[in-house]
Amino acid sequence: MALSFMEGNEALARGAVAAGCNFFAGYPITPATTIFNSMLKMLPPTGGICIQGEDEIASMGYCIGASMAGKKALTATSGPGISLYSEQISFAIGSEIPLVIADVQRLGPSTGSATRGADSDIQFLRWGSTSGVPVIVLAPKDALDCYVLAVHAFNYAEEFRCPVFIASNKEIGMTSESFDLDSVVLPPIVERKIFSGNSYLPFEAEAKKAPPFLPIGGKTIVRQTSSTHGPDGYITIAPEVIAQNQERLRQKIHSARNRITLFEEDIKENSDTLIISYGVTSRSVEEAVQKLEKKGNPVSTLTLKTLWPVPEELLRKKAKLFKRIVVVEMNLGQYVNEIRQILCDKQVEFYGQMNGVLITPGKIMEVIENE
Amino acid sequence: MNSFLNKNRPLVYCPGCSHEKITTGLDKAFVNLGLDADKIVIVTDIGCSGLFDTFFNVHALHGIHGRALTYASGLKLANPDLNVVVTMGDGGLGIGGAHVLAACRKNLDLTLIILNNFNFGMTGGQYSATTPADAIVGSGFLNQAEIPIDICAIAKSAGATYIDRCSGLDQNLPGKIIKAIQHKGFSLIETLGMCTGRYTKKNNLTPKGIDQIIEDLPEMPGAIEKNQRPEYGERYRALAKERNVFPGAITIEKQIEFKDYQHQEVVILGSAGMRIVTAGEIVCYAGLCAGMNVSMKNDYNITVLRGQSVSEILISPEKIGYPGIESPSVVLALSDEGVQRRKKIFANLKPGTFVLKEKSVDIPETKADVTEIDFKELKIKKQDWALASLGLMAKNENAINKEMLNYALKLRFNEKLYQIALETIEKIF
Repeated sequence: MALSFMEGNEALARGAVAAGCNFFAGYPITPATTIFNSMLKMLPPTGGICIQGEDEIASMGYCIGASMAGKKALTATSGPGISLYSEQISFAIGSEIPLVIADVQRLGPSTGSATRGADSDIQFLRWGSTSGVPVIVLAPKDALDCYVLAVHAFNYAEEFRCPVFIASNKEIGMTSESFDLDSVVLPPIVERKIFSGNSYLPFEAEAKKAPPFLPIGGKTIVRQTSSTHGPDGYITIAPEVIAQNQERLRQKIHSARNRITLFEEDIKENSDTLIISYGVTSRSVEEAVQKLEKKGNPVSTLTLKTLWPVPEELLRKKAKLFKRIVVVEMNLGQYVNEIRQILCDKQVEFYGQMNGVLITPGKIMEVIENE
Repeated sequence: MNSFLNKNRPLVYCPGCSHEKITTGLDKAFVNLGLDADKIVIVTDIGCSGLFDTFFNVHALHGIHGRALTYASGLKLANPDLNVVVTMGDGGLGIGGAHVLAACRKNLDLTLIILNNFNFGMTGGQYSATTPADAIVGSGFLNQAEIPIDICAIAKSAGATYIDRCSGLDQNLPGKIIKAIQHKGFSLIETLGMCTGRYTKKNNLTPKGIDQIIEDLPEMPGAIEKNQRPEYGERYRALAKERNVFPGAITIEKQIEFKDYQHQEVVILGSAGMRIVTAGEIVCYAGLCAGMNVSMKNDYNITVLRGQSVSEILISPEKIGYPGIESPSVVLALSDEGVQRRKKIFANLKPGTFVLKEKSVDIPETKADVTEIDFKELKIKKQDWALASLGLMAKNENAINKEMLNYALKLRFNEKLYQIALETIEKIF
């Protein structure tokens, strides 16, 4: 057997290339820079384009332009860059522009700590855009996940014509580790649906679906706009047209939420406690649970890989069997309230930490044992 | 084609607005150039200049204020066959100044038409980056404390290869736009115009007055001789074409059978310049040679050759869960800076933990087994201390053995560096 050895950031870049990504624009920022470095090595030999923007806003603009010309675009940044991306993220959401955005999170707020990890941006990614339209956020726990989730992210971006976030973390992105790259089975590649009829209207779509795509620069004239638009891509103030479009933007993701739900589980029949976590923290949880089992205290785990849309059905189904639910996060409680809202009939305990270091398995054992 | 204007969408500018002439001038330029509609894209942002895309039957992208050039660049890089024309007012110019500078420096084949009408027409005539200090504007007295910019002069110093400036009412505007579009590289035309809805209501600006302003400003000749250079897209593609080798992943075959290998945690505490990260990688490669799982985290300053450099490595026959150090089995204390960075770990080290301490380095009290080594006496240079320490680890079979180290060195270095590394290590053996 042979193992490959790479940073989470390199794995994410490799996943993107495997997904058919052929355009990258980004601006250097620790701890995301090595995604840019990797794409700069990988895209030219595969015929793709890799650009360093003059700033984060421009990098997103380049990606939006390239995506509208038919490219599969990736950008990568950290919290301070997501702040700058915000106006362009809203554009991509509202105007249905496929994109993948890697957020290698670091400790915030603001400039925060460039080289200290935290799951700082979990609510920011969901709500850091105008209008409140749902977004898709995936959370890897290790380098292997970075590789695989990058492909899922592109698939979702293409199918739903929306930006998809990969909420990585400094502790994953800049940690090098081994995994069996050659034996990974990637999901089949999904491409955006190309319009094939006559008289193209760029935003005419079936209910709960993204509109079929034609590129700017193709034979058929295409309009794209950041303004509130009707199916023809022209500005509109007609309430019924606006309402229909807003509802479709919401429904295209909301109605597919069960299909978008990615997770791992370790359910033990004889346990009454379920720990729910995501990201790098779930690795500490897994290790804590192994140690607890050796001590005769079986505990089950649910590791969420899709954070948004919230996997409501999964949470309800999995939590049903357990008396005690504990949520652990590398922040002071950004996601726990989503879970509490869904599991409103249960007492949901929480442990969070926001000090620039990983939550240790020992700490989690303490939380579980000190009932 | 005798016009690209959309008959279903008549122009909606205020009566007398120069934008109307510029719209029809742009249309005439497209017609005279004999372009196909599907080879043109108009990229706009916000404000009255942002209406342009709606009047034409060509590809269009209407985006966020000040960012039009960023979308235009993405489109042009993705599809070099497109004729990309950007319209932007003095508002977008002020917001997106960084993108204008970048476009001038890059020289991607785009055409930027700046519609400078000296104020923000849509929001009530507030002052912009081009409003004269003595103008009467919707922002009270605030413009009196600032001066307007000359975007053409700025573009020239930023390296734009084509700059023209004219009145929006210039009879020869279509001809000027044609030349700008025909220029291979970034071209910028600043049109000075009348905002009849807002600006000229309170300010005495006439078409003749605009001509006078242009005459008083430095002349812009079109092609700027001193800035001529290859177009960005062509240059980029030529450079990228030379990078034709896809970097494969580092993949290491299991070479050695190592029975009963126990989970190991190795911490290397050193300083920048001591090749700590390289030593960490070698430890990882050694683990991989034995078919183990590994993980590595490094901690160093953003400055080069200053401060601590710490590498933390896990080697395990099991899949690695928590990727942090909990109970080190090996600690290499090679510099005071490195030790200071992780000084808390020493108190909790267990007896049996192998601590290698260079003679010159101070470490906190510990129950671990401390071995002291004097690298200076062995005539080993500071930058090789970490590598030499791996030799000692291998000799004592702490986390790695000689066979693992040998494979790792072969994988990490070329033949020449491998031989040099062996010489260093043999000083320890």
